[in-house]
Amino acid sequence: MKMKLATMAVAGLMVAGPVMADLVFPSLSYRTGPYAAGGIPFADGYADYFTLLNERDGGIGGEKLQVPECETAYNTEKGVECYESLKGTGGLVYQPLSTGITYQLIPKVTADDIPMLTSGLGRTSAKNGKVFSHVFNFPANYWDGASVAVKHMLDEEGGDLKGKKISLVYHNSAYGKEPIRTLQELSKKHGFELTEVPVDHPGQEQKSQWLQIRRDKPDYVIMYGWGVMNQVAIQEAANIRFPMDKFIGIWWSGSENDVLPAGAAADGYKALTFHNVGSDYPLYDDLKTHVYDAGKSAGAGDQSGTVLYNRGMYAAMLVSEAAKTAQEIHGVSAITPGQMRDGMEALNITEAKMAALGLPNFGPEFQVSCDNHGGNGFAAMTQWDATAKEWKLISDFVQSDQDIIQPLIDEDSTAYATENSIEPTCK
Amino acid sequence: MFYREAGDFSTTYAEDQQTFPIKFDRYRYYVVLFIAIFVIPFIINDYWANSLLVPFLIYAIAAIGLNILVGYCGQVSLGTGGFMAVGAYSCYKFMTAFPDLSMFVSVLLAGVVTAAVGVLFGLPSLRIKGFYLAVATLAAQFFLVWLFNRVPWFYNYSASGQISAPERDTFGILITGPNTEAWATYLFCLIFTVGSALVARNLTRGSVGRKWMAIRDMDIAAEIIGVNPLRAKLTAFAVSSFFIGIAGALFFSIYLGAVEVGEVFGIQKSFLVLFMIIIGGLGSIFGSFAGAAFLVLLPVALKVVGVDWLGWPTDIVAHLQLVIVGGLIIIFLIAEPHGIAQLWRVAKEKLRLWPFPH
Repeated sequence: MKMKLATMAVAGLMVAGPVMADLVFPSLSYRTGPYAAGGIPFADGYADYFTLLNERDGGIGGEKLQVPECETAYNTEKGVECYESLKGTGGLVYQPLSTGITYQLIPKVTADDIPMLTSGLGRTSAKNGKVFSHVFNFPANYWDGASVAVKHMLDEEGGDLKGKKISLVYHNSAYGKEPIRTLQELSKKHGFELTEVPVDHPGQEQKSQWLQIRRDKPDYVIMYGWGVMNQVAIQEAANIRFPMDKFIGIWWSGSENDVLPAGAAADGYKALTFHNVGSDYPLYDDLKTHVYDAGKSAGAGDQSGTVLYNRGMYAAMLVSEAAKTAQEIHGVSAITPGQMRDGMEALNITEAKMAALGLPNFGPEFQVSCDNHGGNGFAAMTQWDATAKEWKLISDFVQSDQDIIQPLIDEDSTAYATENSIEPTCK
Repeated sequence: MFYREAGDFSTTYAEDQQTFPIKFDRYRYYVVLFIAIFVIPFIINDYWANSLLVPFLIYAIAAIGLNILVGYCGQVSLGTGGFMAVGAYSCYKFMTAFPDLSMFVSVLLAGVVTAAVGVLFGLPSLRIKGFYLAVATLAAQFFLVWLFNRVPWFYNYSASGQISAPERDTFGILITGPNTEAWATYLFCLIFTVGSALVARNLTRGSVGRKWMAIRDMDIAAEIIGVNPLRAKLTAFAVSSFFIGIAGALFFSIYLGAVEVGEVFGIQKSFLVLFMIIIGGLGSIFGSFAGAAFLVLLPVALKVVGVDWLGWPTDIVAHLQLVIVGGLIIIFLIAEPHGIAQLWRVAKEKLRLWPFPH
């Protein structure tokens, strides 16, 4: 270990002193703390994709890419510190992977003219780009997740949820509270009964919550959990013999780390996703040649092909495509964060584009615009197969109930605009 | 040689009783204040303000507050995080209910509200002591966090349950919100920190502070010589909570801008501030500053050295940070249980005799 640290120190000194002219994609990662199980694969996927672009294509538009990492431990204070320290490097876009940090950064990035991407997390009403000019949450958000989960139940129950009981087990934070409004509206529309079951940070202790669920005997349980909370919940659900195929997690509660500890008992557990699963894509061949075999993997290099690794890679793909768009719009290769924002607002993801990148059928098609910073809200259901130890896509990508969600987004973003005296406009 | 009282004659009582009776000490204090007020605001940038100085100043206020209760009055409290939350939420309610109120007033009122809540939770201290009181304040911590999570009125019914600071100014200068200047937030916090330190210093060496210390040293003896334990303990809780409330209000409105009570004002925060005063020195105003500086600046310094200079992986640095800070806490507790303040006192004693020790 001593030897390793010493070599790392020497190696570190040699790489230190980055060249500032490159395009910088800061990574606010968390590889420590109770949420590390989710943070590590995402950060690895994010870094590996940019390494691939550097090694294979020489960067984006001839500009080399840098991915400075800063450890937030999912803690808002450290997140602020990281943001301020990385701002000096000229970071083009931030992806904090934490709803708490997102809330801190929304006003800051807007004032500093730096875009932020919060795919599938953060403040849902940021979809309204007229109010949240610098915040993007394509391709799907929390409310889409809630709605698609309810649609899945409707499919299973033959289109009728009247009199059914649904419990929401959620992380008692801004993140977990996000879907409540949507689910309340949906319960009015479809006539199901909603019970809210909060779990406090970090969620290692859930005995009383699952006792309550055992007493209530809900027909379905929806979970908005993250980090260590997920595996504890799945274990507890197994302990009370709750049927796993009636237990649906949001996309942050559906990774290998969450189901593996419960072993065979987790078989049949379902989780949403807004991108495809597995590693059967041409892009992985490139990753193998240029990154893995070259010994350039981020972290321990053992996360390849997992759900959250794919999500980190997908996040990196979205912002690098946005950077390309920005380069085209402004005709310069060394773009600024302000120009990057324009690129993100004009981003157009098509199936042809994704196939060309080596990710055919990987995610939904969408076109970002000033009115819509959040994509079209398509999500699919995956199910865990405990014997094969893999996630399987069991539904098509379906769109969320926009009739319910759009009015809520308008309402919440208008409230934010009045609170902060923002005049909703398009840039 | 230069640090001694020889030739420094006090001719009035006021001179004799001033905080820094030694000339060199006094001038050093003036120089520090001068640099803090007239130099730093001109060279400060966002990074220095938001990552180092503002959190340091705010934690210093919280540490002063807790030091009054624990260090001077001897009442162990684990409710700091909860009381900071009271400060933050009452500041938020004042900011949103009275948009025209100056930020100074909002923060001070938040301190007053917290003082009242502190007195309420201080009542059990009249009956229970030591570990049992610590457990009672722990209950306050959990109850307050639960309350702010549970009752939507406190967060104005926002969908996420978070409170976020709207833009507010004082004398026409923006103090909260994203468009603030680094110097403005820094100076605003500095005013509160210097003010708190002055008030705390003068309270603790006056009759009020002497009563607190009498209670701390032996409550029965104190009662016999005429100290009213009810008043002494409750004033300690009130003053301490006032400062902690101010710290909480600043923490929310100036430093973070948006707060989620469970994460920001959890039990971790109570322990962090308690560690600050233990490392800094119980019963010392300087110790509160030293402890706050130690626990705010050290992790950042370690990160800069580890990640930015040496280029180590961030997770290794983060783990090393825990090891080093934890190790230093243990070393301090063994080698110098009275904290950094005592080291400073010893250093001063040595300096007075230098270069001719006995």
